[in-house]
Amino acid sequence: MTVAAPEIPRTPLDRLRWAVADAWTITRRGLIHWARQPAVVLVGLLFPVLLVLMFGYLLGGGMAVPGGGDYREFLLPGMFAMTMAFGIEATFTAVSTDASRGVTDRFRSMPMASSAVVAGRSASDMIYSAAGLGLMVACGLAVGWRWHHGIGDALLAFALLLLLRFALIWVGVYLGLVMGTPEALMAVQILVWPLGMLSNAFVATETMPGWLGAIAEWNPLSATVLATRALFGNPGQGGDSWPAEHAVPMAVAWPLLILVIFVPLSVRSYRRLSR
Amino acid sequence: MSSTDVAILAEGLRKRYGNKAALDGFDLVVPRGTVHGLLGPNGAGKTTAVRILATLLRFDGGRAEVAGFDVARHGAHVRYRIGLLGQNAAVDEILSGRQNLEMFGRLYHLPPAAARARAGELLEQFGLVDTGGKAIRQYSGGMRRRLDLAATMILAPQVLFLDEPTTGLDPRSRNEVWSAIRALVADGTTVLLTTQYLDEADQLAGHISVIDGGRVIADGTPDQLKAKLGGDRIDIVVHSDTDLATAAALISRAVGAEADTDRDNRRVSAPVSARVSGLTDVVRALDDAGIAAEDIALRRPTLDEVFLHLTGRHTEEVPA
Repeated sequence: MTVAAPEIPRTPLDRLRWAVADAWTITRRGLIHWARQPAVVLVGLLFPVLLVLMFGYLLGGGMAVPGGGDYREFLLPGMFAMTMAFGIEATFTAVSTDASRGVTDRFRSMPMASSAVVAGRSASDMIYSAAGLGLMVACGLAVGWRWHHGIGDALLAFALLLLLRFALIWVGVYLGLVMGTPEALMAVQILVWPLGMLSNAFVATETMPGWLGAIAEWNPLSATVLATRALFGNPGQGGDSWPAEHAVPMAVAWPLLILVIFVPLSVRSYRRLSR
Repeated sequence: MSSTDVAILAEGLRKRYGNKAALDGFDLVVPRGTVHGLLGPNGAGKTTAVRILATLLRFDGGRAEVAGFDVARHGAHVRYRIGLLGQNAAVDEILSGRQNLEMFGRLYHLPPAAARARAGELLEQFGLVDTGGKAIRQYSGGMRRRLDLAATMILAPQVLFLDEPTTGLDPRSRNEVWSAIRALVADGTTVLLTTQYLDEADQLAGHISVIDGGRVIADGTPDQLKAKLGGDRIDIVVHSDTDLATAAALISRAVGAEADTDRDNRRVSAPVSARVSGLTDVVRALDDAGIAAEDIALRRPTLDEVFLHLTGRHTEEVPA
């Protein structure tokens, strides 16, 4: 069989239709990946659950929540945000593996929409992260965490978490394109872990030395954690510092700022592949 | 030759990285339906040339046309008519062979059913039906390369770029890939092949361009290139280091051409125009001088020797 080459789209609408179709093909690829390696997916999803159990029960007895309150109620919003931050590693691994194996070059030598590579990546990563968040919520409910301000505020909190994840996809894409090899994952983990620990996810910033607490308060992750604690009605909503008093706007502003920086950087490094 | 008979055309292509010229006036004409070998050491500009022609790299000067379309201005049209086989097998390691081909088929905008049917055909054509459901990471190197080749064939491209298609493969896998390439060529595909191996170009290509410093320094059929070296070579390994210089002088005189000395391997190598008389002349000369030879062989010249002859240096001396 000889296959005729389809016509090149001429109108903007045709181009958009192709871009959507190509993005869906790449999204499907991500979904098939999980179907083919359920063990890897399971370990990835269960790792944050393990952290909840470790911090919640093993270390939690020694943790005091400023202003009182249950430590596990305090911990869970932090762990939700951590789960989103861990996503950088998955995005990075996928993007850098494609770059180093020549798959990115193959895509670029094909008549597909160039936006589809990242759009499809984002879609499948968001689906994965939403599933991960769902599992964490179930885990939270099992260990006694609750939302106290109604479903509307709770949904807003989940939206803020996914917004953070969406912004971090672009950090992962950029790092994946720039580093270009999955072996650099260790370097990315070295970046992600301090970002996670140097926040209010596990301990309240008031308990840290002043300068450290200030850094932790301005951490983008902390903004999302504070905002979701407020929306869920969980303890540990920070002191009277500026970031603490503007938690929800900050939890919107930080991801937007990350997008403003990393979307152009990613597009530029993708273009630089043809230099 | 009319322009419709030319599948690949490059005129004075130029590409710079900083102040280093990767391509410096690169010219190429490949007629439709032929296999052209691009031969040269690492860093000569082979891969740069292929990446430019496959629309992956911008270039700084010159002109390029592939399948009748200008590479710089009509990239999308070119991309529908080419296949690219890069230095790595560019397939998804986690997907199965069939899933890879289906994905690439859909990215070429085949309807889902057609992509599925095409994947099935290609698996059959490349002898991968039995392993079509396995993840690629369980494939052997040769199978991976064949699947890679199958993925470039989804739209039956007019022009196929093969960048070192068998580097790192064992001899058996190399033969598998070679026969897959031959089958494509029989169907009329034009192939541009880069390689570091003269025997690979010899096996596949009807015409060869030798490239160095970003430009073509010689071209012709494989036999024409080898003839420039005066045909076959004779290798003599002497028993003792101290005999090397004498042996080289004797052999030079016997064959009437300059002999190369490889001190590490105690080997002297020289071109011979007539195989049998050249061999007996050399053996007799060494015998008369009382020099003991450990090994004597007649063989075809290597790329390194073609290259040495053309440029006066070994392929390994060129910085990568």
